[in-house]
Amino acid sequence: MSGFDWQFFVEVLIGGLLSGVMYSLVAIGFVLIYKTSGVLNFAQGAMLLFAALTFVSLVERGVPFALALIITFAVMVVIGIAIERVVLRPLTNRSPMTLFMATLGLSYILEGAAQLIWGTQVHGLDLGIDDVPFEVGGVLISQFDLFAAAIAAALVLFLSVFFRYTRVGLAFRAVADDQFAALAVGLRLPRIWATVWAVAGLVALVAGLLWGARLGVQFSLSLVVLKALPVLVLGGFDSIPGAIVGGLLIGATEKLAEVYIGEYFGGGTESWFAYVVALAFLLIRPSGIFGQKLVERV
Amino acid sequence: MTVATFEASAPFHIPRWLAPFVVLSFAYIAVPFIGTNYLFEAILLPFLALSLAGVGLNILTGYAGQVSLGSAAFLAVGAFAAYNFNLRIEGLPLIGSIILSGFVAAAIGIVFGLPSLRLKGFYLAVSTLAAQFFVQWALTKFSWFSNDSASGVIDAPSLSIAGIAFNGAVGRYIFSLTIVSLLTFFAYRLVSSQTGRNFIAVRDNETAARIIGVPVLKTKLIAFAISSFIIGVAGVLWAFTYLRTVEPAGFNLDRSFQILFIIILGGLASIRGAFFGAALLVVSPLILSRLGSFLFGDLFNSGVLDMSQRIVLGALIILFLILEPDGLVSLWDRIRKRSVARLNKRKHVGRAAQPTQ
Amino acid sequence: MNSMNRVLGGPATAYFPADIAAERQGLGEPVKPLSAAQDTALGLDGISLSFGGVVALDNIDLAVRRGEIRAIIGPNGAGKSSLINIISGVYRPDRGRITIGADRFTSVPTQKLARLGIARTFQNLALFKGLSVIDNVISGRAYKVRSTFLAQVLGLSGSRREEADARGRAARILEFLNLNHVSNRLAGTLPYGLQKRVELARALVAEPAILLLDEPMAGMTASEKAEMAEFILAANREYNTTIVLIEHDIGVVMELSDRIAVLDYGRKIADGTPEEIRADQGVIDAYLGVAAENIDGGGI
Repeated sequence: MSGFDWQFFVEVLIGGLLSGVMYSLVAIGFVLIYKTSGVLNFAQGAMLLFAALTFVSLVERGVPFALALIITFAVMVVIGIAIERVVLRPLTNRSPMTLFMATLGLSYILEGAAQLIWGTQVHGLDLGIDDVPFEVGGVLISQFDLFAAAIAAALVLFLSVFFRYTRVGLAFRAVADDQFAALAVGLRLPRIWATVWAVAGLVALVAGLLWGARLGVQFSLSLVVLKALPVLVLGGFDSIPGAIVGGLLIGATEKLAEVYIGEYFGGGTESWFAYVVALAFLLIRPSGIFGQKLVERV
Repeated sequence: MTVATFEASAPFHIPRWLAPFVVLSFAYIAVPFIGTNYLFEAILLPFLALSLAGVGLNILTGYAGQVSLGSAAFLAVGAFAAYNFNLRIEGLPLIGSIILSGFVAAAIGIVFGLPSLRLKGFYLAVSTLAAQFFVQWALTKFSWFSNDSASGVIDAPSLSIAGIAFNGAVGRYIFSLTIVSLLTFFAYRLVSSQTGRNFIAVRDNETAARIIGVPVLKTKLIAFAISSFIIGVAGVLWAFTYLRTVEPAGFNLDRSFQILFIIILGGLASIRGAFFGAALLVVSPLILSRLGSFLFGDLFNSGVLDMSQRIVLGALIILFLILEPDGLVSLWDRIRKRSVARLNKRKHVGRAAQPTQ
Repeated sequence: MNSMNRVLGGPATAYFPADIAAERQGLGEPVKPLSAAQDTALGLDGISLSFGGVVALDNIDLAVRRGEIRAIIGPNGAGKSSLINIISGVYRPDRGRITIGADRFTSVPTQKLARLGIARTFQNLALFKGLSVIDNVISGRAYKVRSTFLAQVLGLSGSRREEADARGRAARILEFLNLNHVSNRLAGTLPYGLQKRVELARALVAEPAILLLDEPMAGMTASEKAEMAEFILAANREYNTTIVLIEHDIGVVMELSDRIAVLDYGRKIADGTPEEIRADQGVIDAYLGVAAENIDGGGI
């Protein structure tokens, strides 16, 4: 295959993997909540939008970067706790699908509220990273993507430390393993859930800033959930490694497909290609890459 | 989610056909005379199309328990298929185009329903998004579907059946009402048949259903096919009787959620629920906009209206899930039962000795 | 509740409607006397099953004669439910064969189970909560339905006949099990004991040759248990149904069963008549001795 441009292939691949990291970042927010409370939190995208919009609006009003970050984080924690109190607690013991639909309603509220408060115009978000590609061995790599990947890696590292070495983290893992047992040994589930929602708020903030810097902070930011969902299907809703590997896989295949076979479809395939990949994979392995296969109890 | 599908019948009997009969008589005879143009164009036409879509989705999600987030795709398939049948097959009567478009939607529904044979719950719900994005993409990408018009816009043809034109607001209303009534009756018959019981069996306990001999795979595919057929025809009504001009972008994810919200608000696994939910969904923004401009004046512009609509809708969903999980229908039934009980009491005082039927 | 009698034209005392027997014969399953020893309805040969390295069943042989009540007992975790799940095709054994009538399987096709003449109830209730009691029971006839959904919607005569037939049978079974006063209630709203009975009704309406009962009396009061035992006996006698029964309550099992197999840690440690089991030292050591509370029916 002398005609094949390997350098270009590697460039596309790396670009895909790096944007895959961004998908993983959103997916991790889902996994955290799904593992502890069995809720597929569709509002993750709206939280992301809310965080980014709040942050950028604060900065535009002259609030220093660091302070804006802290305020936004505080807001996200409050929102997370409020969600747990007002929405999820009254729905305890209801079916997972009911909870999912509630988060769908939640995403409408958050999207509406974010834009009602801060307006609907598009905001630019400058994190101070130039998006100038640099060259490594003839392969062009986006500096911003690399930065985003580093942030994402740091976040994952932080989360694993948090969950491995703190009391809350230990409780989190206990709850994720077995809710009833955790309840039986006296773990206070509501507090753990509130913590997890707050952490999910943090993840939403980080993802919101990175995605916001990439796409501009606007309504469509909340649609990045749609990028995360195939990642979750592929990696399993309950697996953080799955979210990471799934994100990388989807990012890479999506970019490669767009570049190499997209032209046969007339382009624009990225809206659905990830779903088809995830579906095809699921038909072979219904519980995803790392998802657990549960034995049916009757 | 447990859903009351069958109620113990109250001793005081209203014949089962009476309520639909009264509603239909009113809708056919009175409404055309008293209705204003605004009522038809802004309320009744979208209400009818959305109700039918809700009926379709309720068969799949409410009865058969397969959550779909891609309903708008099937609305779009119906609309564009009917447009193309009408355009490309010379001499095909309108009703033929509509039926054929339903079949196209059903066929695509079966294709996107295939994952349901392996996948459950969230995995399936997410996979239905594939239909949503793929269909929207295909309709935008291939201009053949819209007869090479700019950005995929299609215009509704003249509505006439057997030489009678239904082009005015009232005419389109009658046209839509008739199709909706027929398909609703079909749906009602279906859910009270053995196939309908199979839907609920698969939803409530798939393993038990398989063990007692319910053909689970077939049942799921039937649910996908019929649901998509009905939603497809609802799409035709949406495009031909309500909007008259549609583009693929109008059948986006928000539209899919809107239909899902209709059945949550109205009542899952209830045919009537779809109508209740659609009524709420169509009317509440209108009320909200009147109320908003009354309270806040010019401050309540279209952007603010849009956002507050989202908030109100989201809040309604959550409120209903918490307080009235079986939807408006169950609220309605409680009120009705209470008044029937009151009636009964009065009757019993009159002839206490007589046993009730 | 009285309306049902009216529909049927009088109190239904006939537990065993003649048309059911007629149809069984029509199916080519002659109703045979109980004593045909060589006549095996259901056989398991060398069944082994493990979950991720944990052995649930180890080389189990079990023969069930046509028409008998065959109990399987054993302490919790002995593998009783796994055995039922293998017979009904929910689990796939690692090794061994299952014989149902004349057919041999390495794993039973669940979707054909009803047509093979097997019905079952579940340890944890598995009713369709959103259906009324009568509709739950009617759905037990789902395997018989031939009409298409279109025929059902249009009300074509074939589907109407099917529907009327299923409804009639369901009504008679409800009568038989004293359930007709709740026939229009949503199944999920019934008290536990009644739900268990509705499950039995749903299984019986299929007129199975073999009925698998997975702890049909778990969690019941003493009077409910007595009633349920009655129904099981009646089903066995009147419908000539072979019954495989898992039950914790030893007293009930001893009274009801023709033969009993005892499982312990996935192995069969004894098999015989209630008298033989009662006298078996291995059984006493493994089960009866240590789990005295089970004799009172307390151990669930």
